Parts: sequence; structure tokens; C-alpha cells
Amino acid sequence: MVDIAIVDYGMGNLRSVYQAVRKVAPDANVVVSGEADVIKTAGRVVFPGQGAAPDCMREIRERGLDQTIVEAAAGGKPFLGICMGLQVLFEHSAEGDTPCLGILKGEVVRFAHGLKDAQGNKLKVPHMGWNGVHHADHPLWEGIAQDARFYYVHSYYVQPHDQGIVQGSSDYPQPFVCAVSRGNLFAVQFHPEKSAAAGLKLLENFVNWNPV
Amino acid sequence: MLAKRIIPCMDVTAGRVVKGVSFVELRDAGDPVEIARRYDEQGADELTFLDITASSDDRDIIFHIIEKVAEQVFIPLTVGGGVRQVEDVRNLLNAGADKVSINTSAVVNPQLVADAAGRYGSQCIVVAIDAKQVAPNKWEVFTHGGRKATGLDAVEWALKMQTLGAGEILLTSMDQDGQKKGFDLALTRAVTDALEIPVIASGGVGNLQHLADGVTKGGADAVLAASIFHFGEYTVQQAKQHMAQQGIEVRL
Repeated sequence: MVDIAIVDYGMGNLRSVYQAVRKVAPDANVVVSGEADVIKTAGRVVFPGQGAAPDCMREIRERGLDQTIVEAAAGGKPFLGICMGLQVLFEHSAEGDTPCLGILKGEVVRFAHGLKDAQGNKLKVPHMGWNGVHHADHPLWEGIAQDARFYYVHSYYVQPHDQGIVQGSSDYPQPFVCAVSRGNLFAVQFHPEKSAAAGLKLLENFVNWNPV
Repeated sequence: MLAKRIIPCMDVTAGRVVKGVSFVELRDAGDPVEIARRYDEQGADELTFLDITASSDDRDIIFHIIEKVAEQVFIPLTVGGGVRQVEDVRNLLNAGADKVSINTSAVVNPQLVADAAGRYGSQCIVVAIDAKQVAPNKWEVFTHGGRKATGLDAVEWALKMQTLGAGEILLTSMDQDGQKKGFDLALTRAVTDALEIPVIASGGVGNLQHLADGVTKGGADAVLAASIFHFGEYTVQQAKQHMAQQGIEVRL
């Protein structure tokens, strides 16, 4: 019996996610797998991702995992999307004009060119580094300070249609959505597996989460 | 808002962290895994390992080090040194690196940057540029650990690397490196103003004010230093507090 399945669809390195999940759930059976059967029967699913949206969606579809992911996200067991694993849950990404999984209503858009901070300094894209997260009240934020910093690296961000699913935001320089939830699903733009103590706490909350 | 990053850098050879003075006389600074853990505890935002091993026989050592660090330290890890092909990038990522830094090979074969970014994403491809001033406001790119001139203009080269898919530039001033007189702020400013991707300033840090200047005067998105941290002169936390006192956004 697999307790936690980390979905592998060939996009980049999942070792960091695996290591961090193992750290917070040392007794759990954690596997990195691209097999639909494993993902379907696992107790919890982590859906990471890096790289570009067109490549991610192509790999997901070529491996026949799109339906498996849609079902896992809708199915009631705890599901955690990370980075590209947040973005492709939405309907469409401006990155390569890519149709995505459409589990959540909304679009993925790029940070504008020529962004400046309050002092007039250029804001670089990708948005890379540690930014504070203003979070809502949700079991996955338990024990995490308001405005705690998490590690980001991305050039696109999600714009959900339903503001009711928003669980967190960061500023660059305008607020953007960095966390959403719906029932058993929780997904974040930052990398909890690379966000030191705050990130490990969020992962720990996820492995102990029992959504109702 | 996004914090400016402080990145301790470890030069690794034969399984040890070393620090050279003007590229000679390597001084032992300790065990890389222990040092990495210490910097993580001090609040380092990322860690960079440069494999300066000359012999290819010793290459495997860096993989074991990265594997061990990645099991214990949950912040981004960058590894550079001797990356020549896409397979090298893959092997380092598989060992636990989050980003791979490419220097000489980017000049020898710029397509490597495009191929690696295309395969693994720009977020994990750092292009390292060693630059030396050749005229007022003009810097040339050097390779092979600073021994070989390329004739390439540093700012133009950085722009080309951005176009090919680099996610970040690690910019080292060869004039300042090891001098402990601070970054080459004009070089840093010229490159960061020209680019849309983040720039890490490197080379020349001798005190905490140098780190702050790299951000406020040089416009760097991150600052890298080695010896001021290795030999216990300052902790990463002290560096952050110093920067915060000057109004720089840091992760405390």
C-alpha cells in the first residue's frame, strides 16, 4: 500500500520533493511514480512540476495521466499541487498558449515586463527567491507564521475565477495568488520542499491532513 | 516583497571545502556537508558548490556530497564545475542539485545552455560569467578558471545567455575576486540593468557592507560570498541583519 504517491511525468527532478516528504513522514511508504494504478490507489497524492507549461501538458497527456490527475484531484483524498502542479490545474496557460487540465476555473498569466518596485528598481522575471505569504485560515497553514517566506521560482502565476478558493498571496509588486484549495485539493506556487522550516511544516501539515 | 538572497559559496576539491588566495595556496575550510548544515542553520537562502577538482577521477565525490547535503538541507542547492553536456546537468540534478551552473562550456558550446534549459527548464540553469575589466565600462568574459580570454563582451554575453534560456546569471569580477575590497559595482550594475533575469554578484566581498553595496549600488538580486563565512568572520545571520538595517529586504 502506497501512502503518498509523487506523480512523475518526466518533467524534471522529483528528488527534492521526495526527500522533503520523507523527512516529514519517515514511516510512510512514499513513492515517485508515473503509473496510473499507483496514483489511483495511493492514500495521498503530491503533484509537482517544473519547466514550461506546453512540455508539462504534453508529457501528462502522452503518458495518459490527465484523467488520473483529474480524478485524484476530485476524488476526496489529499492532493497537493506544487508550482507547475498548481498552474496546470487551471483551464489555460498563456505560456505557449496551452490548454491545461481545467480542474479549476481560471487562467495562468505571465508577470508583466518592466516591473519596478517602490524604489524604482527593476523587478526580475523569473520571480526567484524568498517571498512572504499572506495566508488564509486553512489546516495546511497551521503553525506557519503570517507572512512567512517561501522559496519561489516562476514567471507565470494563476488567476482563479473564484476568489473563494484563494488560500494565500504574495506581492511582486502587486499581489498574486500563490495558494488555492478546494475540498481535498491544495496547491501552491512556491516550493515547500525548498522552503526550509516553513516549507517542511506545510508538507507535514499535508501528510497529516484529513479533509472532510 | 521578494527578499535579496545571500548565498554562501563552497569551492570543493577532494571532498573538502577549500578557499584559494589569488588562485593559489588552497586553505582547508572543512567538510562540505557540515558547513552546508551550518549555513542552513544560519539562514542562508541558497547554497552554491563549485567543484574545482582537476582530475575527472574525483568527479564522483561531488555527487556523494550533493546527495548527503540534499538529504539534510531543504533550501536550493546550486552546483557548478565541469559541466560539459546535458548528461552532466541531468546527473547533478539527480544527485539532488536544484540548479546547475555552466561557465566555460557555455562559451565553448552555447547550444548546451539552450538544450539544458529546454530539457530541464530555465529555473535550473545558471550561467556563470567570469569577467575582467578591459576598458572604462567594458568587461571581457574569461573561461577556464579565468585563464583564457574569449573576446566576448560581458554584458552582450549575459544578454545572449538570457536569450538562450539561462534562468539566472552568476557574475564574478576577476579583478575583485579574493581582494576583499567589495564587488565590481559598475560591472554588476551594467549587467543587471541590461537583463530581465536575476543576477548574483560575486567576487571581492571582505565585509558586510560590501554585501549591502552589491544590492543597493550594484543592483544585484543576490550576493555570493565565500571566505567571510567559511572562517567564521561573520555569520549569514549577521550579514542579513546588517542588510536589513539599511532597508534591504531579507529573509530573517
